[in-house]
Amino acid sequence: MDRRLWILLGIVGLVALALPKLIYPIVAIDILCFALFAVALDLLFGFAGLLSFGQAMFWGGSGYVVAILVQNLHFDGAVALGAGVLYAAVLATLVGVLVVRRSGIYFAMITLAIAQIEYFVAVQLKDLTGGENGLPMDSRGSFFGVHLSNDTAFYFVTLAIVALCVWIIIRVVGSPFGTVLRAIRQNETRTIALGYQVNRFKLATFVLSGVLCGLAGGLYALGNRLAGLEMIDWHTSGAVVMMAILGGSGTIVGPIIGAGIYQVIEYFVSKTAIGQETDLVMGLVFAVCILAFRQGIAGGVLLIPWRKTST
Amino acid sequence: MSMDYIASQLFNGLASGAFYALLALGLSVIFGTLRIINFAHGAMYMLGAFATYYGAQYLHLNFFVALILAPLVVALLGMLFEALLLRRLQGADPVYGLLFTFAATLVVVNLVRLVAGAMGSPYNIPDALSGATNLGFTLYPTYKLFVIVVSVIVCGLIWWFVERSMTGARIRAATENPVLVRALGINTRRLVTLTFGLGVAIAALAGVLAAPTTNVAPSMGDDIIIYTFAIVVIGGLGSITGSILMGFALGVLQTLGAVYYPPIATTLIFIVMVAVIALRPSGLFGRPELS
Repeated sequence: MDRRLWILLGIVGLVALALPKLIYPIVAIDILCFALFAVALDLLFGFAGLLSFGQAMFWGGSGYVVAILVQNLHFDGAVALGAGVLYAAVLATLVGVLVVRRSGIYFAMITLAIAQIEYFVAVQLKDLTGGENGLPMDSRGSFFGVHLSNDTAFYFVTLAIVALCVWIIIRVVGSPFGTVLRAIRQNETRTIALGYQVNRFKLATFVLSGVLCGLAGGLYALGNRLAGLEMIDWHTSGAVVMMAILGGSGTIVGPIIGAGIYQVIEYFVSKTAIGQETDLVMGLVFAVCILAFRQGIAGGVLLIPWRKTST
Repeated sequence: MSMDYIASQLFNGLASGAFYALLALGLSVIFGTLRIINFAHGAMYMLGAFATYYGAQYLHLNFFVALILAPLVVALLGMLFEALLLRRLQGADPVYGLLFTFAATLVVVNLVRLVAGAMGSPYNIPDALSGATNLGFTLYPTYKLFVIVVSVIVCGLIWWFVERSMTGARIRAATENPVLVRALGINTRRLVTLTFGLGVAIAALAGVLAAPTTNVAPSMGDDIIIYTFAIVVIGGLGSITGSILMGFALGVLQTLGAVYYPPIATTLIFIVMVAVIALRPSGLFGRPELS
């Protein structure tokens, strides 16, 4: 990773440590979860060049699994989180086998449509999911016997998990595996000609992304003690795409920043007269971003001159 | 279950298929030329319905005038959008076109919500089309028949225009090889803008037709656009014939499916899409090289 991005990541890390003191801890938890969600999405888009418009199916599906297990079956929070991730892994494998053969706009359209299946199933399984009301949890359950009802404590547990995941993603992207992904993105035909089983690499990335989206969604549901339909809604899939690109696709630290900025803008806009229509502002910001600075914030930082390295 | 009941459900299916066909057709016309998927298609459908509603509210325009005027007005907005903004993404990866039109959707839908409120308003079926018509085996709502007939006629005309007319040939040529077509003295930029306008007009027309059948609300395009995406994938991206035929076919399938098992109504189209991409990835009428 470029040294400028490491510096940026260091700053982000420091902000993350201070965050629960700066804003409401619940909002801070949301930012962390969306940060992981956005980085996981961008693993697909920024590195394999696959734009998924349906990642909310892993985020929301896992959220529901966690909420159902904790609330209705009184599972340990950590075990429920594991089950949510397992659900995301299975779903991502099934969906992945189907979709990795496509790319480009086609990929975006079919992931979007497939995510709608889960959405409408959740709508219909009212008894299980609470339908329009969502499924609130009385508590977060215990984590191996430790209760995390304190929001700040839960924030730091989440921070540790998210930091670990980001570290894993940095390692994956920097590995030979990550190099193949970039090769696929740049020239798929040539990568096939080099003898790589391109679809296997795409599938592995899709599953890893789905698993991390599921983990993020499970944490989000626990943090808010709620799983709701809006977690599977395509607006959520779109929102996370906006976060990743606003922050800077393909930079890892970018989507984290994007998630933070998105949440902060949304928070402040919701306090104004047009507070009901935060998407109006987000849509405008994103439209300008697509037209004028597609590289995003972290991509902009990369334009700052820096002494030449030997790469 | 009587045959008459099934037959009237078949017509219900054709009526909902009429909307799918128009929307999928418009999406395909735009994709065929600009090579982007217009996410804002649902928002334009919604604008068509709102233009009809406000036209009646403030200008006392009757439904049949709106049927012509509303698509023109929305198409004009669409052409401005294309010429001023979308054009700047020419040459970029087509997914940015999808993302930009997604952003436009958020802006348009939320602006309308800000102006009109989220609840929406009813729009009455015009007197001339209210009541029922005797089809021989059953009485069927006249308005739904009207929707089917208009949709079939418009789909037929557009199919002829794009696939058989001289202008259609120019549009298709401009997609295949814009440089060469420009060298022949044809203004491809204008052609692209007009084609975008045509696609938008068809979406808005679907919106006008929908106004009397559903609540005119800002969110009315939210779900239907994703069904339309699935239908376009099933028909084959870029295939005009596929979009029209699959629009009607899936409308019918969805309605009949719901007769036997009601909960399937919302997901059946997506399930068919999954089956189609598993068995025939380029869609039933698609050309493999486009996808």
